[in-house]
Amino acid sequence: MLRQIGLSSPEELFDSIPEDLRLHGRLNTPVALSEIELLSGFEQMAGRNAAAYRSSFLGGGAYSHYVPTIVDHIISRSEFFTAYTPYQPEISQGTLQTIFEFQTLVCQLTGMEVANASMYDGSTALAEAVLMAERVTKRSKVIACGAVHPEYLEVVNTYVQHAGIDLQHVEFNSQTGQTSAAVNEALDDQTAALVVQSPNFFGCIEDVAALAEQAHAAGALLIVAITEAISLGLLRSPGSSGADIVVAEGQSFGVPLSFGGPYLGLFATREKYARQIPGRLVGEAYDKEGRRGFVLTLATREQHIRREKATSNICTNEGLIALAATVYLETMGRRGIQEVATQCAQKTAYTAQRISQLEGFSIPFTAPRFNEFVVRAPIDARELLSALAKENNINGGLALSRYFSDRPNDVLVCVTETNSRAEIDALVDSLAVSSNHKDTKTPS
Amino acid sequence: MKSEITKVTNHISHNESLIFERSRPGRVGYRLPALDVDETPIDVIVPREFQRDDDLDGLPEVSEVDVIRHFIRMSQWNYSIDLGMYPLGSCTMKYNSRLNERVARIAGFANLHPLAEEQDAQGALQVIYELQQHLAEITGLPGISLQPAAGAHGEMTGVMIIRAYIDARDGADASASRRTMLIPDSAHGTNPASAHLSGFSVKTIRSTSEGLTDLDHLRELCAHGEVAGLMLTNPNTLGLFERNIREICRIVHEAGGLVYMDGANMNALVGVARPGDMGVDIIHLNLHKTFSTPHGGGGPGCGPCCCTKELEPFLPVPRVIQVASANDDSTGDSRLQTPDSFGLDFDYPQSIGRVKAFLGNYGMMLRALAYTQTHGYDGMREATEAAVLNARYIAHGLTSDYDKPFASPPMHEVVFTDKRQSRKGVHTLDIAKRLIDYGFHPMTIYFPLIVSGAMLIEPTESVGHQELDQFIEAMRSIAREAIENPELVLNAPHSTRIGRLDEAAAARKPVLRWKPTQAASARGIEVT
Repeated sequence: MLRQIGLSSPEELFDSIPEDLRLHGRLNTPVALSEIELLSGFEQMAGRNAAAYRSSFLGGGAYSHYVPTIVDHIISRSEFFTAYTPYQPEISQGTLQTIFEFQTLVCQLTGMEVANASMYDGSTALAEAVLMAERVTKRSKVIACGAVHPEYLEVVNTYVQHAGIDLQHVEFNSQTGQTSAAVNEALDDQTAALVVQSPNFFGCIEDVAALAEQAHAAGALLIVAITEAISLGLLRSPGSSGADIVVAEGQSFGVPLSFGGPYLGLFATREKYARQIPGRLVGEAYDKEGRRGFVLTLATREQHIRREKATSNICTNEGLIALAATVYLETMGRRGIQEVATQCAQKTAYTAQRISQLEGFSIPFTAPRFNEFVVRAPIDARELLSALAKENNINGGLALSRYFSDRPNDVLVCVTETNSRAEIDALVDSLAVSSNHKDTKTPS
Repeated sequence: MKSEITKVTNHISHNESLIFERSRPGRVGYRLPALDVDETPIDVIVPREFQRDDDLDGLPEVSEVDVIRHFIRMSQWNYSIDLGMYPLGSCTMKYNSRLNERVARIAGFANLHPLAEEQDAQGALQVIYELQQHLAEITGLPGISLQPAAGAHGEMTGVMIIRAYIDARDGADASASRRTMLIPDSAHGTNPASAHLSGFSVKTIRSTSEGLTDLDHLRELCAHGEVAGLMLTNPNTLGLFERNIREICRIVHEAGGLVYMDGANMNALVGVARPGDMGVDIIHLNLHKTFSTPHGGGGPGCGPCCCTKELEPFLPVPRVIQVASANDDSTGDSRLQTPDSFGLDFDYPQSIGRVKAFLGNYGMMLRALAYTQTHGYDGMREATEAAVLNARYIAHGLTSDYDKPFASPPMHEVVFTDKRQSRKGVHTLDIAKRLIDYGFHPMTIYFPLIVSGAMLIEPTESVGHQELDQFIEAMRSIAREAIENPELVLNAPHSTRIGRLDEAAAARKPVLRWKPTQAASARGIEVT
């Protein structure tokens, strides 16, 4: 082939690169490995991830749920995972129809009218929602509740730092764990949006309808963020509670934990804002014979047409993960989503009730909860969790001191349908033992 | 006898309905274990007013077989790399190794929670660290973050870093007068959109008739003094290496700006040349292009950001670092060493902040590390050579039938136009659609925007000589058809399940979701 195009050596392929800019010598990266060597290397590294092999009560934005076997089977089909963005609809209807179904499912679950084809994850979806609220209202102040996931707030902060948006935080109520009444004073005629998460970072269910009323009274939009999307199987939809934009992390819908990604940003809003929505949209279309198909649509919002005036810079989204969520939601179906959600709530109620009876332990927040709640331990949370991991092979939860230095003894515990009663009982027993064990060391 | 046998044909339900139209009350496709804890009345757990009251009306009720058939049938309507050549210029559709998929599914990674304690996730952090080291070596830029979730996200991160660096260097007041980002007219649309997100206004640099950045125009724009930086794709989107890159960087640096390189085309350079050696300050990579992680019908991606030492303090947090090296006597083979230890470092007060929750699209990092390991340093260079050779071969093969607007030999992708065919009323879109009938996915069309009727062809290294010849022959055949039988091309494709869809009508009155009321009309259409 080289000769056919008139060259004599591969080096000549790079003649357009000035000689002094070319790499002389080799890259200092390892030599090629065989499949056997490579797998053994990765297995060995995987073995150093002790947390992956324990019974786990970790939540905080990423959740262990049962995933039907067919989800991974379908997303492993060549036709889906080795396809590109569906720019040529005649040979991309599989992807396009799937996205149309995904958009529909997201609308149904959130109670909204329009949903996009996905964002990177829940945190970036929230940041995009804040930017969209500014475009819609042409106001510049955004109020975020302090019980929104701390990493989501960090991401929003990064995104808006040069957008002329004044991001303010309102403390949560330290008794209930919900957004405090102070939010009403913060809302004014400059406020573009109020941002709340429900269930919030502490697992507390917010009174979304009341917050929507307050936001709307000030002429602001209500943005609702959800990190545990399974909650939508049991809890009133944000749409029916008055939310204007709903964003969520869709990882709970059939996506492995995978150390934090790839996950799935869900983004839904009202029909009247469809032309302000970031990201791709798939819509129904017909060919000359009147056959129904699907196409990417309303592209004039997007970067490849609008460039700097686009509603977002997003191009690649989370297509395959949206497919996983679609397969998950369709397989579990109406009754499965309800049953998973109900089991989560029941098992969490059982766990909370048992832990609250342990001596020295309390549950500081009074608000109703879905599948996460804060436990106040009698000893330092990190010490307690470390003992649980070492002695009982349990990830007991998340030490809140990771994000809140004034909460050294608080643990965020998450229970899902994958935690059996035996596992829950083992957690409760270990908590009792580990805290007592530490207690005996301190002179009374 | 023969005539009585019903011939097996494509199944009628290849007109697969939407799942909502398949739904039948009471069908289920899952089973959970029975609830094994004492049940509390649900109203006691969640007050009635916080509970859903719509009984999830509208969500599908189907069996597992329904779901399988639904998706397998739909899958048959997709083109994919595994089926054949997918020459989308700038998108880099190369083969996705199954081994990489297997690696990403190893339980110790797939079941690892992102908030696991660092000491319980050492292997996962090691993967990130090793990939960081490789990418730093490949780009020649030592500072690195794998946090951005896709190329455009990496761009946004890079531009924000430029902004933060200039703010710190010049002080807020002086920096405020430096708000211009220069972007060539051939750039990806994500570049200006990302610049806008960081508070920059965009000025466009012309390209020369050769297809390269116009140095005089660049000098003129830089003379204004408010330039924060330049966003440059190299090789550019015409597939040409910006051979004046060093001079370009010098001009921008002298004007006080920084050079951002869009690394979408890095697959033309791996093992051959390094952006860090050219004077580039910061770059993003697309792991789903150069490092072969699958595109998945539109994602997920991963858009690492690599930068100079000077820009490193501004990278997103947390950073993944090596905390201790248990065995410094490195043999180059990490598996022989006693374990090193790795950790997260949040202590970068000048950081632009976090751009994504947790640590990024980790599953893509696993696949990319597996790619670098299976290829090795020589295999990665070989891939680059093959990608460029294949594009050259196509450039050579199509020049007699299609207008090639730029004379220089291309790198990994080549642009042609419909200039000759349009005289017969056949345009780029028609050529692309006709290519489908020949069994190929079309090339990128109408991009870059500066080339009228552009067809940007990128074969990648994943096609052999024979398939390249078939592609060239298909394109030549279409060129002949455009002259002899233009109607055939204008009405293409003829071989697909549906014809060209009316996109204008779809945008005028968008239907973006299924509703029960649509069901009747949709069914009506199916039987016609």
